[in-house]
Amino acid sequence: MTGTLHRALGLTDEEHARIVEILGRDPNELELALYGVMWSEHCSYKSSRLHLRRLPTTGERVLVGPGENAGVIDAGDGIAVAIRIESHNHPSAIEPHQGAATGVGGILRDIFTMGARPLAVMDPLFFGPPDGARQRWLLEGVVSGISSYGNSVGVPTVGGELTFDPCYAGNPLVNVLCLGALPVDRLVLGRASGGGNLAVLLGATTGRDGIGGVSVLASAGFSGEADEAKRPNVQVGDPFEEKRLIEACLALLDAGLVVGIQDLGGAGLACATSETAARGGVGMDVDVGAVPRREPGMAPWEVMTSESQERMLAIVTPGSWPAVEALCRRWEVRASVVGTVTEDAAHPGRLRVRDGDNVVGDVPAASLADDAPVYDRPMHPPADLDRRRSDDPTGTEAPADCAAELAALLVDPSWVYRQYDHQLFLNTVVGPGADAALLRLAGPGLPPSERGVAVTTDSAPRWCAIDPRAGVALVLAEAVANLACVGATPVAVVNCLNFGNPEHPEVMWQLSETVDGLADACRAFGLPVVGGNVSLYNETTGADISPTPVLGVLGLVDRLVERPPPMALVPGSTVVLLGARRAAGRSPHPLGGSRWAVECRGRRHGALPALDAAAHARLAAFVASLVADALGGGGSVLCGVHDVSGGGLGVALAEMAVAGGSGVRVAGVDGHAELFTELPSRVLAATDAPVELCARAEAAGVPASVIGTAGGPRFAVEGLVDVSLDELTASWAGALARRLEPA
Amino acid sequence: MSARVGVVVFPGTNCEHDTVTALERAGATGTLVWHTEQRLDGLDAVVLPGGFAHGDYLRPGAIARFSPVMAAVERFAAGGGPVLGICNGFQVLTEAGLLPGALVKNRGLRFVCAPACVRVDSTQSVLTGGVDEGRELAIPVNHFSGSYVCDDRTLAELRDTGRVVLRYVENPNGSVDDIAGVASRAGNVVGLMPHPERASDPLVGSDDGLPLLRALVGAAAGVRAA
Repeated sequence: MTGTLHRALGLTDEEHARIVEILGRDPNELELALYGVMWSEHCSYKSSRLHLRRLPTTGERVLVGPGENAGVIDAGDGIAVAIRIESHNHPSAIEPHQGAATGVGGILRDIFTMGARPLAVMDPLFFGPPDGARQRWLLEGVVSGISSYGNSVGVPTVGGELTFDPCYAGNPLVNVLCLGALPVDRLVLGRASGGGNLAVLLGATTGRDGIGGVSVLASAGFSGEADEAKRPNVQVGDPFEEKRLIEACLALLDAGLVVGIQDLGGAGLACATSETAARGGVGMDVDVGAVPRREPGMAPWEVMTSESQERMLAIVTPGSWPAVEALCRRWEVRASVVGTVTEDAAHPGRLRVRDGDNVVGDVPAASLADDAPVYDRPMHPPADLDRRRSDDPTGTEAPADCAAELAALLVDPSWVYRQYDHQLFLNTVVGPGADAALLRLAGPGLPPSERGVAVTTDSAPRWCAIDPRAGVALVLAEAVANLACVGATPVAVVNCLNFGNPEHPEVMWQLSETVDGLADACRAFGLPVVGGNVSLYNETTGADISPTPVLGVLGLVDRLVERPPPMALVPGSTVVLLGARRAAGRSPHPLGGSRWAVECRGRRHGALPALDAAAHARLAAFVASLVADALGGGGSVLCGVHDVSGGGLGVALAEMAVAGGSGVRVAGVDGHAELFTELPSRVLAATDAPVELCARAEAAGVPASVIGTAGGPRFAVEGLVDVSLDELTASWAGALARRLEPA
Repeated sequence: MSARVGVVVFPGTNCEHDTVTALERAGATGTLVWHTEQRLDGLDAVVLPGGFAHGDYLRPGAIARFSPVMAAVERFAAGGGPVLGICNGFQVLTEAGLLPGALVKNRGLRFVCAPACVRVDSTQSVLTGGVDEGRELAIPVNHFSGSYVCDDRTLAELRDTGRVVLRYVENPNGSVDDIAGVASRAGNVVGLMPHPERASDPLVGSDDGLPLLRALVGAAAGVRAA
């Protein structure tokens, strides 16, 4: 009898009863520990699974959709692209450097598990305003963790996002996206097969670090006092071990020595063994006594649930074992046979855990991997939803000094990305700080190709807090526009859904609304969701974060042989605004959810601008085709391009001016509302051929208006702003350093 | 037949493929050399590329200098063969005593991946031979421990004998005397912190690294001919 132990392991009484029913007896302590980690929120998605089913997941390019370690897209030329996004929020809140570092390590393993070489990482980060020592410690630690692990392991970090909002002060968000590529025929899946095949544990030794790490940490909120005690649950990363593991695993796959392979992440061996067995419809015998240990005296349940980093489980035939061993020796990667695949007709699909000759646990593998309870948790919209939506900032009084408020919205993120190697592999055509990263589709072991891939991560918690359904649709639209600005056509979406406590009905309503909004927007743009991650319990002392869906969108470019027009103004060029300038409704320039309303006025409520998906898709296709002309070597009517997003037209124009070192003179902007509105579906273009650009826009059904001319030392928007470019550049360049390195 | 350049791979090295690609653009044939190799037969030059050899644990280059290949590299250098260390490779060469000085943590104690501009200040090396003195080249840096230090006497000797081959136009890391690259007395062993292989294709930003790599390949071809 295990008494109330299950509660300490995070299982409810109902879940315990279900386990007894599955086993036909009481579970022993080890078995209970297996269910505890595998049925945790982090591993089982028990609160979100019901909702996630509503997302569209199929498309002609999709080779692998959600449910595997990563989504895989057919990119053409015999090359497939694997992509995944994850969160490492809770570990990073406790120990920012290691939390973020192991987040990078974990997602890389998800990618090379598929047979893909990890080629690029992106990091969307969310903190409280960086004015106190704690927020600075968190930001410094997270960035140094990503930097030290990512740089050392040899995968460039090509972009990300940096968002400050008080709602993240107690619970920062550290999301990480990884993209990899593989020859299509090297694609492998995380499944075991063939009775008698060996389960081989590769990589680091197993210790007590991270027992119940992400799975326990990420399945409860933060309360304050007890959080320090959670620090031992955070794992410690070793990028050198991971680098050797990547090379060894890719070499094993290239040599055809592996039947199936799976990384060890949350829930460690328990997860890897039960998932590979369940996916393959087989059983597995695991001997914890054969697992190399980092420390003596570990109990079997500790070995099975340890989240020690840098480990993989490979399924190999007995005949190939000597070759596997030899190859691992070359890369100085430890390889140990820890189990065998079983096809026992009398007891199919069992995960049997042995300690030497003693069987210490015996459960149906699929019951751990697939049979976690699915909860339809109560949900309802916030009681004051109508009041919030009617409290709209659009009519707010105009600023006395538009220039100062514009300057306050400018942030140069290079303080962060200069710490990341963003160039390795010689693929980075457009790196961090631009609308999207644009990479050559090339890498060691890939067939030659002139294709390119583009990737962007986007989020807007200030929009999603107002209206999660409309907000996430606008986020997807922004991602599509970002890809267009580097000439790419979007092909697939991954999502990281960061939310508060799912036991709060309002949070479940946010989640459900987000899924519906994302599903509708994906259908409107013809995009499949190929993978995702849900991070719940992002709360501090009962206060939930704003709903923060982060979208990673992958785009493709047919031919990438020349650089695209930069996100910059060129002196002498004409500035053209593509897309409709006025919203259809009552307010032509709505300010609800805008950075200006939130950051300059503290107005967090109101209504979001409407998205016309068809008009947006037309604009994106038009811009992408103009930029793709340049990429293909045919020149372009554009000499600079940037989408209008957070901070509106004012910020987009200023970012282009600063980047190009060019002033600008713009006229006809309809007050501060048009300067700061975040009305979607607008792109700023600089061109030397405005007549041609406008004619082509008209032919494509895209509105276009000439708004000004680039050049000179002043940044001037008639009637609103007139400052020197130098002043604006200084505000932009110093924004982070002023707050992070106060004198 | 083009010069054959060996690119050494330690566990943890990560710029080996990029370096081979760039060397091939510069006209060489690049081949990877595993760190346990004890002979460098048939090679006309050797490059120690960037990365984190043996994880850079203990200190960058401190473990790699004991890899079996390093004894062969030492013999190759002693015989006058061209040896280039890029970034981590530069750190390995200083740890191995093949180049003077050391690379310590950057001023500011942060990793720096950024565009940089270097000036050719001496042509007396296999990396800069034939490149115009005073020429400025846009070549990115990518390192945590890239601040070059040495004692005063060494510095004076390096300066006086034309062994400071590259200087930063704007110092990104606090290196003494803005030093970005130094050469051995004979000029056949060179180390630099910037990554010329990352400036070998205008598509990814610059091809200013090619004149340097071509000089190396030219020196290697000279070895082959001799």
